[in-house]
Amino acid sequence: MRLLLGSLFTFMVAAAVGLGSTWFALTRGAAFGTLQIGAWTARPKTGTADVDPYARAAIARIGALPVGLGDGVAFVARTDDQGRPLDGRCDTVISGTTPPARYFTLTLYEPDGTLAANSLDRQGFTSHELIRSQDGSFEITVAPRTRAGNWLPTGGVERYVLVMRFYDTAVGIATRAGREAPLPSIKSGGACQ
Amino acid sequence: MMRWLLWILAGILLGGIVHLATILALPRTASQDAYARLAPITPVNAMTPIPAPTPANAILPFMDPAFAVAVCRYDLSAGPMKFTAPVSQAYTSVTFYTRYGVAYYAINDRAAGRRLIELDLMTTPQREDLPDDENVTAADRLIIESPTLTGLIVVRALSPEPGLMPMARASLADAKCRTQ
Repeated sequence: MRLLLGSLFTFMVAAAVGLGSTWFALTRGAAFGTLQIGAWTARPKTGTADVDPYARAAIARIGALPVGLGDGVAFVARTDDQGRPLDGRCDTVISGTTPPARYFTLTLYEPDGTLAANSLDRQGFTSHELIRSQDGSFEITVAPRTRAGNWLPTGGVERYVLVMRFYDTAVGIATRAGREAPLPSIKSGGACQ
Repeated sequence: MMRWLLWILAGILLGGIVHLATILALPRTASQDAYARLAPITPVNAMTPIPAPTPANAILPFMDPAFAVAVCRYDLSAGPMKFTAPVSQAYTSVTFYTRYGVAYYAINDRAAGRRLIELDLMTTPQREDLPDDENVTAADRLIIESPTLTGLIVVRALSPEPGLMPMARASLADAKCRTQ
């Protein structure tokens, strides 16, 4: 009797620990080979045959197709530089320069990967569309209401995710630090709706 | 008391095994992975343009809206495949995914170095079956080995600004994949 109770208890603990940690790893993301530059993270190996099991499982769960490394590399930001979650009801400024790449795109998604609806029907910028200052740097205002210059509308969503994809670039598995790949800063704290 | 601690320890160890097993098994059991989402709208061994993602409707999550996309859902059981895609004005890339979403090979127009990206896709046994002389003359032929019998070829053409999207789509209309 005692053995039965004990093993039943053990199985319950095993299921809770095992499934709980799997869920945690898939939703929060396990950090294998993560390249972190400011608020941006990339996992270049995810676009190769050497993808780690955690990234494979996460990709299968959400049903996305990762950017292949021979194509480019994708950086994701869920927070600003101070670690605060990105809030679509507030003004956030993305400014700076980018690593050399033939093209890059910046896209705003809702956390589940759908595009955020807005009246302008703009979900991002390509490097070709940005208005830049003379030294080549740029400033994008991510805000719910119309702004001058490069305005990326949020549609007023509560949380959003920014993805910057660099195509035909030297940034990849060998990249170690922000010095090799300067990414724009993300500053929130502007006016909120 | 001691006995219960031991039961908990055993549970945690077993939990670790459960964790690893679920992580490894998940790609094979996920019912809504990219391949499953694309299967209803893409015929086998033919190039199909994928509708552009909109806030209301997107086949896959996290698609880049600046790109026109076409997919060839391949099945190599009938033999090797030939893939060709013309290069668009801005930027074109081809990425090969296994049935389970692993991007095992990707190439862009600059690396392909021509006006036409031309690739042969086959499994490792099919490549071994190639006559030797054909393998030698294959220097100008790019052969890709697929780790799985089925998978996806995804061609992406960039539209640097929204007005150029019809051109990017048109360049993909000439992309082809067919059994040799």
